[in-house]
Amino acid sequence: MKSIEPARIQQLLDQLKGQEVYIHLEMTTGAYAAHRGEAKLAATAFITNATVTYSQGLIAGDGPYRVGLKTAHGWVFAQGLTHWDETETSRLIAAGHDPDGKLVVALQIAQEPFSSHEED
Amino acid sequence: MDPKQILVVLAHPDDEGIIGGTLMEHAQQGAKITYICLTLGEMGRNMGKPPFATRVSLPMIRRQELKEACQLIGIQDVREFGLHDKMVEFEDQEAVADRVREVIEEVKPDLIYTFYPGHGVHPDHDACGAITIRAVAKLPADKRPVTRCIAMTPGSYAVLGQPDFVNDVSDIVDLKIQAIGAHKTQFQLMLGNYSQETKDRHRHERLWVYRF
Ligand SMILES: [Zn+2]
Repeated sequence: MKSIEPARIQQLLDQLKGQEVYIHLEMTTGAYAAHRGEAKLAATAFITNATVTYSQGLIAGDGPYRVGLKTAHGWVFAQGLTHWDETETSRLIAAGHDPDGKLVVALQIAQEPFSSHEED
Repeated sequence: MDPKQILVVLAHPDDEGIIGGTLMEHAQQGAKITYICLTLGEMGRNMGKPPFATRVSLPMIRRQELKEACQLIGIQDVREFGLHDKMVEFEDQEAVADRVREVIEEVKPDLIYTFYPGHGVHPDHDACGAITIRAVAKLPADKRPVTRCIAMTPGSYAVLGQPDFVNDVSDIVDLKIQAIGAHKTQFQLMLGNYSQETKDRHRHERLWVYRF
């Protein structure tokens, strides 16, 4: 994981637009947040391998970054993105990590479904 | 009791560290341990500090960490059930319980470790405990292995009473902490800075026997 380079993210967003893509979108405080007293509410939402087609995808901000994808009937939005996997050339793997390195938000876009149990 | 065959049913790689000392003692006494790990913890928030894992690479990394931790503890047989992290409670509970029962029938444990249903804090832990209890309850009463449960809720003593089993693992606590530390992505979460306080916290393992 590297700190986000917005120009390269933009390049990937352009590359993946106008076709059906699989997205993973996630936001979480962690299941233990309330148990540990870090937050009053432990909340998580994710959608994995939803298919969308976006006509425009932009990265915005000075870091942490925001990404918005405009779809035929609405939007996909993520805020707080700090890191990305710079080794990926055909899909976007981005996430926002808090100062402890914990994942808070994730946005991933690919032409193929994400597998949660890829063989090594 | 001197168990020969033990079955551990937990939800995530690193859950075994909670009872790592107890499992090490069983292994040292010659017990064979089978560990059903329901998920790969692929939705975990800890990605290393600084983050080195991604949502995509995390499951493979955690699989490797699990392997190393199990080697240190002395768990010879790990069964990945391949359920999706955080989704255990949304699976067909009966179907998963049947898979657990099949393993029980195969390895014939005389002792089972799992989470106490309702006292796991994490929904996957609660579902894991409930599934295991459901699987054991399917067996005739005289064939049910003793089932020891981990309770993590702050109110567990008030609801469940004193634990049936308090194991002082002080003499192997360093090795236990090493096994926990094999989960490098989770290391920060589990141990913080390895201090005297960390060590003290890991000296005692508490378990409640489930009464069917
Ligand atoms: Zn767990």
